[in-house]
Amino acid sequence: MAEEKNIISLQYKVNGEDFSLAGEASSNVKKILKQLGVNPEAIRRVAIAMYEGEINMVIHAKGGIAEVNITPEQIKVLLQDEGPGIADIELAMQEGYSTAPDNIRELGFGAGMGLPNMKRYSDEMKINSVVGKGTRVELIFNI
Amino acid sequence: MTVRELVQKLDAKILAGEEGLERQIKSGYICDLLSWVMSHAQKGNVWITVQSHVNIVAVALLTEVACIIIPENIEVDTLTITKANEEGIPILSSALNSYELACKLKELI
Ligand SMILES: Nc1ncnc2c1ncn2[C@@H]1O[C@H](COP(=O)(O)OP(=O)(O)O)[C@@H](O)[C@H]1O
Ligand SMILES: [Mg+2]
Repeated sequence: MAEEKNIISLQYKVNGEDFSLAGEASSNVKKILKQLGVNPEAIRRVAIAMYEGEINMVIHAKGGIAEVNITPEQIKVLLQDEGPGIADIELAMQEGYSTAPDNIRELGFGAGMGLPNMKRYSDEMKINSVVGKGTRVELIFNI
Repeated sequence: MTVRELVQKLDAKILAGEEGLERQIKSGYICDLLSWVMSHAQKGNVWITVQSHVNIVAVALLTEVACIIIPENIEVDTLTITKANEEGIPILSSALNSYELACKLKELI
């Protein structure tokens, strides 16, 4: 119980229909981390990784849910969707690999840097994905 | 130098984000790949991009760039302008291309 007092939990529905809202969840988390006085470098890492995760749910999975748990030591970001899933995670993790269509690339997305960036900027990353069911990405940041 | 001073020196047009005009400028960044910008642009940068859709506002917000400059008089979506006004992110428009803007920036900051 004493421990739970120190946990801040946030939940966001990431809308898959409205592309213009992509980034809202990560922007909001960033504002909250700033208010909490988390160090700027950690905030930057969380913001970049979470933004990429959010964008992935929007462009590849028609939206999903983002959950963020903040403790004084750690920030945990959980991204879950019921999209098409990822068949070959190792391949998807490769820098430059992307299945994004041309119209998405024209907007400056689909560089295939999202998952690699999420790995680079987090301290721990776990992906579970089932084709036809969805994807779950967990990111842990030690602060 | 502030964004406001830059506007005057470049003779640029302010499309949105008046609220952010007093921000301090530190160097610049030019790129249109949003993932790349997300991980490389730095706080206080002048970000030059030909992307003009609304997602640039989220990228600017997250990277804390000082302002966005859209070169070559490229038209900017109304949605982008509305969002940038909401968030106080200055969006400037210039007739110059990215190269010409970078050359001017070098002289100015
Ligand atoms: N949430 C997701 N659901 C389904 N597929 C995904 C998801 N996230 C990533 N992928 C797959 O992994 C690939 C690589 O992702 P990423 O590195 O973010 O690059 P990009 O988003 O630029 O394509 C995507 O092109 C897509 O095929
Ligand atoms: Mg991606």
